[in-house]
Amino acid sequence: MSADAHHHPAPLAPVEARVAAIEAVLTEQGLVDRAALDEVVRHFEDDLSPRNGAKVIARAWTDPAYKARLLDDATAAIAELGYGGPEGGHMVVVENTPTVHNLVVCTLCSCYPWPVLGLPPAWYKAPAYRARAVREPRVLLAELGTRIADDVEIRVWDSSAEVRYLVLPERPAGTEGRTEDELAALVTRDAMIGVERR
Amino acid sequence: MDGIHDLGGLAGFGPVEREEDEPVFHAEWERAVVRANTAVMMAGLVNGGSFRHSIERMDPAHYLGSSYYEHWLTGLTTVAVEHGLADPTDLEARAGGRFPLSRPDRGSPPDPDGPDRSEPRFAVGDRVRVRVWHPLGHTRAPRYVQGKTGEVTRQDGAFSLPDVEAHSDRRRVEPTYSVRFTARELWGDGGAPGETVNVDLWEGYLEAAP
Repeated sequence: MSADAHHHPAPLAPVEARVAAIEAVLTEQGLVDRAALDEVVRHFEDDLSPRNGAKVIARAWTDPAYKARLLDDATAAIAELGYGGPEGGHMVVVENTPTVHNLVVCTLCSCYPWPVLGLPPAWYKAPAYRARAVREPRVLLAELGTRIADDVEIRVWDSSAEVRYLVLPERPAGTEGRTEDELAALVTRDAMIGVERR
Repeated sequence: MDGIHDLGGLAGFGPVEREEDEPVFHAEWERAVVRANTAVMMAGLVNGGSFRHSIERMDPAHYLGSSYYEHWLTGLTTVAVEHGLADPTDLEARAGGRFPLSRPDRGSPPDPDGPDRSEPRFAVGDRVRVRVWHPLGHTRAPRYVQGKTGEVTRQDGAFSLPDVEAHSDRRRVEPTYSVRFTARELWGDGGAPGETVNVDLWEGYLEAAP
């Protein structure tokens, strides 16, 4: 090693090598139950999905009594369809109307309703969204192709405590007579976050 | 802390880039991070507050230049080192290069031995002002609402105060609220009409508006 080496930091280890290093240490320390941890990863990938939230929205569109329960106590109403658990224990549903549009963000980290939307997409966790959603939501939404008329109030919800939010979009026009399953297929993840309005 | 994680309102970022049909994980190492993080959680080494704070203490340039699962990797490894389960020199030898960790914890828990409180002091419709204290440790009161006045729109029940649990083994429960701020209140003349920001806050962050 040359004397010069002392003046330069070593190159950054690749992220894969850093993960392997800490996983090996935790394994040697006896903290790794690989089967249980693989099951957690499988649960995140297979069980949690925005399709769950879409079923909640479609039910609210077709069943006025369910919609009333959803807006009154979202956690209990969502549990009726079998969804709940970590990051979904204290749910609030916010309703879009002709005069109100709702948008959900977590400026401090990445809080997100896992049971009904799955793990958050990368953009939701990225600095640009977290910084701008509270400062210029109408401009940001327009950039994303969602034009909100000036006479529609925008309510941004910063998930900074224990509540996790789900947006109830308006039922699209011309969908009379559709089944709940057909309606659920129309509901997008981004509409339930509020970056789409449809 | 007024860290790089406290991003609300910070200017200079570009467009939000959405990925079509984004997978849950983009690489196998991200699954390995989730496994390792779950192991640290199941071992009881962290709670919600202390885990978030382990990430908030990252070097700002590293935070902005790395993906979310690298944040988790850095935070969980910092926790393992701080609990004496891992050694930084050994980790770097195993990884074959530099393994950046988060900076030391400079926080202290506010009144950790205080009583639990579950009866809300504020009612829906009350005007409240967020206290200004910019702690060096963990808080869930974003910088952009400190000193700002809003209206209570919802009572959400009492929960463990993250500012305490991040920095001690104690737990102190306080009521939480959703508080509505107008964009004009938050951003002054730069705030757009017809926009509100609703922020969920623990009672100890708030005082009655003058």
